[in-house]
Amino acid sequence: MSTYAIFQDESKCISCRSCQVQCKINKGLSVGPKPNQIIEVGPVNKDGRPKANFVFLSCFHCADPWCVPACPNEAMQKRDTDGVIFINQNRCAGCKSCIMACPWSAPQWDAQKGKAVKCDLCLERIDAGLKPACVTACPTSALSFGPAENVPETKRIRFARQIVASEGLH
Amino acid sequence: MQDVYSICLMCTVRCPIKVMVDNDDVKLIEGNPHDPGIQGSICPKGAAGVCLLNDQERVKKPLIRTGPRGSGQWREASWEEALDYVAAKLREIKDKYGARGIAYTERSQLNSHISKTFMRALGSPNYFSHDSCCKGSLNTAFRSLTGYTDANVGVDIGKAKHIILFGRNYFESIELKAVKQLTNALENGTKLTYIDPRVTVTATKADKYLMIRPGTDLALSYALMNVIINEELYDKEYVRHWVLGFEELKQFVGKYTPQWAEQQTGIAAHEIISLARQASAVKPAVIFHYGYRSAHYTNEIYVRRALIMLNALMGSIEAPGGIFFKKGAGAVGKKPLNKLIGQVLPEINEVRCDGAGTAKLPTPDPAHGVVQMLPRAILEEDPYPVKGLIVWRHDPLLSIPDYENNKRAFDKLDFIVTIDIHFSETAWYSDVILPESIYLERGDSIQENAGLKPSLYLRKPAVTPRYDTKPGWEIMKGLADRLDIGQYFPYHSLDDLWHYQLQGTGLTLEDFAAKGFVSLCDEPIYWNREDGLKFKTPSGKIEFVSSLLEENGYPSFPEYESVQPPAEGYFRLMIGRNVAHTHVSTQNNPLLHELMPENLLWINTEKAGYLGIKNGQMVKVSSSRGQETIRAHVTDLIHPEAVFMVHGFGRKVKAQTRCYNKGASDTLLQENISDNIGGSPALQHVHVKVQAVG
Ligand code: SF4
Ligand code: SF4
Ligand code: SF4
Repeated sequence: MSTYAIFQDESKCISCRSCQVQCKINKGLSVGPKPNQIIEVGPVNKDGRPKANFVFLSCFHCADPWCVPACPNEAMQKRDTDGVIFINQNRCAGCKSCIMACPWSAPQWDAQKGKAVKCDLCLERIDAGLKPACVTACPTSALSFGPAENVPETKRIRFARQIVASEGLH
Repeated sequence: MQDVYSICLMCTVRCPIKVMVDNDDVKLIEGNPHDPGIQGSICPKGAAGVCLLNDQERVKKPLIRTGPRGSGQWREASWEEALDYVAAKLREIKDKYGARGIAYTERSQLNSHISKTFMRALGSPNYFSHDSCCKGSLNTAFRSLTGYTDANVGVDIGKAKHIILFGRNYFESIELKAVKQLTNALENGTKLTYIDPRVTVTATKADKYLMIRPGTDLALSYALMNVIINEELYDKEYVRHWVLGFEELKQFVGKYTPQWAEQQTGIAAHEIISLARQASAVKPAVIFHYGYRSAHYTNEIYVRRALIMLNALMGSIEAPGGIFFKKGAGAVGKKPLNKLIGQVLPEINEVRCDGAGTAKLPTPDPAHGVVQMLPRAILEEDPYPVKGLIVWRHDPLLSIPDYENNKRAFDKLDFIVTIDIHFSETAWYSDVILPESIYLERGDSIQENAGLKPSLYLRKPAVTPRYDTKPGWEIMKGLADRLDIGQYFPYHSLDDLWHYQLQGTGLTLEDFAAKGFVSLCDEPIYWNREDGLKFKTPSGKIEFVSSLLEENGYPSFPEYESVQPPAEGYFRLMIGRNVAHTHVSTQNNPLLHELMPENLLWINTEKAGYLGIKNGQMVKVSSSRGQETIRAHVTDLIHPEAVFMVHGFGRKVKAQTRCYNKGASDTLLQENISDNIGGSPALQHVHVKVQAVG
C-alpha cells in the first residue's frame, strides 16, 4: 500500500457521487471512464430500519500490485517516495493489460484518448499540499485523506460495533 | 491557474464556489473554501457545471422562428435584429390589448428586481415567478401564521436535538450547507425521524423511518398535536405569550386521536405517541420541518400550517436548534442593497390575470402570482386577453402541470420570447430565443443573503462567453430601451449595476475581492423570546386562528377529509428529486446524464406482481391527461398505493440529444388542480393506471 490512503466513512456517505463526477472533471474525462465509483448495496431492512451501504471504490494502491508488472510499456508505475501507483500517460499504448490484470478493474478505459486512466491520488494536488479532488468535493466529509497508518478511529470503532451487532443476530 | 470566487447556478441554492480558470477555460469548480459552511465541497451538479460551459447543444445565437412553432426551424439573427424584432412584437400587443396583455414568467433569481421593474415600467400586473408551482402554499401558510413568507425563515439544523422530516429529502435534493450541518448533527447525536411513503437516501440515515400512506400527512400532524396538548407536552410559557387561538386548536384536535390517525396514515398509534413525547422532551431544540416543495395535495396549506404550528407548540420558533427568521442588513444597522424596484415607478391599477390578490384568489401571494393559472387565463381570455409571453430562466411548459393543455394555451399566444441558456421545451416552442450567457460567463446582481448572520455574495464572470450570448440583465435593458422605458435601468455595464446596488451601503467591490463574499456580522442574531419576537400578523402573535384566512372566509382548522385509496390497477403518482438533476434544467448535461439517464417508475413489489410487472420492464402509465412509457423499478421501498418518478424527464426537444425521449414526463400526466387557498398546484393529486407493455 502507498503511504497515503483515501478512507471512506460509509455512515456519512449519501451516494451523491460528487466524488465520481469531480474526479472525472479533474482528469479531463468525459462520459465512460470512472476512476472512482460508488457501489450501492441496499437499502435492506435492518432491525426495522431501511439501511443502505454506499461503498467508495477506487484503486487500492496495492503494496504488491498486479497492474504494474502487467504493463508491457512501463507506463504503470509505482512512485518510489510514497508508493502511489500511477500511469505515465505518455508511455501508455492503450493495450488494456492493466485493466485485465487488476482484480478490481480500477484502471479504466478512456476511449477518447485511447489510453488507460486510473486514480493516482491526484498526484499534482497532493504534491501541492491539497487533498485529492474527490476528498475535497465530498459534501459530507465521508472521504478523508492521509497517511495510511492513521485509519480514522471512528471507522474502526464503527466497524467493530458492526461485527458485534451482526454476530448478535446469529 | 487563476481562482475566481463566484456563485453556482446549477440549481437555485446558489452555493458559493471557487472556479479554477486556466487560459480562459474552466478546469475545476470547488466550493468556496473561505465559507466555513462549504469548505471546498461541491455537489455533482455544481461540479458538472464545467461540462455545461463548452456544451455544443447550448443556444449559440439569437434565433427567430421560421417554421411552425415547435418545428425547430430557426434562422440566426444579430442581437440588434432580434431585440428590435421582439420589441416590435411586444409593442404591437401592447397597442392592441394594453400592457396587461403581456405576461412574464421566471424562476426567482438574483436579477428579479430587474424583471419586476421591467413589468412595472411596461404597465403590466402580470409578473409571475415559478414559486407557486414549488412552494406557494408554504408561503401562504407562513404568512397566515407569522406574517412572514417562507423565504424569511430558516432552520437551525446544527443545534437541533431532534429533526422530524415529512418527506423533506435533504440528502437527495442537496443543499451543500444543510447537508453538512445535518451530517455533523447526526454524528453528534441529533435524532432524525423521517416520514415518507417512499424510502429515500435520507430515510436510510434516519433513527426512525415511518412509511406513511400517501396524502395523509395532515392526519398525522393533527394526532401529534392531540398528544402534545393532551399530555401537556407543549411549551406553555411560549404558547401563552406568543400564540393566538391555542384554546380553539385544543378543542379542535380533541377528536383526532393517535388511534384514529393510525387508521388514516397506517402509522401505529404507539409510534405517533412516542414521536410526540420524544420531540417534546428536547424542546425547543426541535424542528418539525415545514418542507420545501409544498405542491402535493389540495389541502397543502393546512398540511404546512399544521407543521408550523407543531413548532410553535414546541416553542421552537426563533430558538437555537429550531426555526428562525432570517435577518438582513437592516438587523445589523446597515443599509440594504439598492434594488431597481425601489425606484419611483408607475402605479398599476389593473388586476392580475390569474386573479391573485382579487376575490378569486385572495390569499396566495400576488407578489409571485399563481403561475399554473396562466394557461386557463390565456385559453379563456378571462378576465382579459393575454397574448404575449416573456420567459426568462423558466420552463413553464414543463413546470406547470398538464403539458398538452399548456401547449394549447401557448398556441393562443401571438408572441412568445424566451431568454435561456439551452433549448428548454418552452424555448423550443417560442418565436424568438435570446440566448443567455451561463453563470460562468456572466456576472449578476449582488446577492443579499439574509440569515442568522446576514452576508453578501457576488457572482462574477470567470471566463468569456463561448458563444454569441449575453447576460439577461443586459438583454432586459436592451428591450427596455427599445420600449421607451430604458430610464428605469440606469446601468450600461456590470460594474454600473453593482455600483448602483452598493451605493450608500459603505461597501465597495474591493470588499468582495479576498473571499468572494462579505459577512455583515460575526454572531448569530436571535430576537428575544421574552418580548422581542416581531411577528407581522395583525395581532403580533402566531395566529393559529388566522385573520388572513378567516377574513377571506376560510377556516383556520378544517375538518380532516379521509383520503380514498386509488381504484384497482390505479396508483397515486408521486414525484420528487434526485441528487443528479435540478428540476428540468440539467437532464442534458453529459456527466449528469451519465449519472442518471432516465427516470424509473417505482412500484411496490406486491402490486407489481399482481399486475405481472417485472423489475426493469417497460410499463405504460396513463392518466386523464395523457400516457407515457417508462421502465419499472419494482421495490418494497414504496407504499402500495403510490408509484413514484423523478420530475423532469420524457423530454420532447430533439436538439437536446442526450435526454431526448428518455424516461417519462410527470408533467404530461398531471392534472392542473390547485390548493386555491395556499396557491400551489396539487402535483400529486392525479391517479394513474399502470400496465405492463408487451
Ligand atoms: S490498479 Fe488495481 S492492481 Fe493496480 S494498484 Fe490499483 S487496485 Fe492494485
Ligand atoms: S462525495 Fe462523499 S458522500 Fe458523495 S458519494 Fe462520494 S463519498 Fe459519498
Ligand atoms: S447544491 Fe450543487 S448545484 Fe446547487 S448551488 Fe450548490 S453546488 Fe450548485
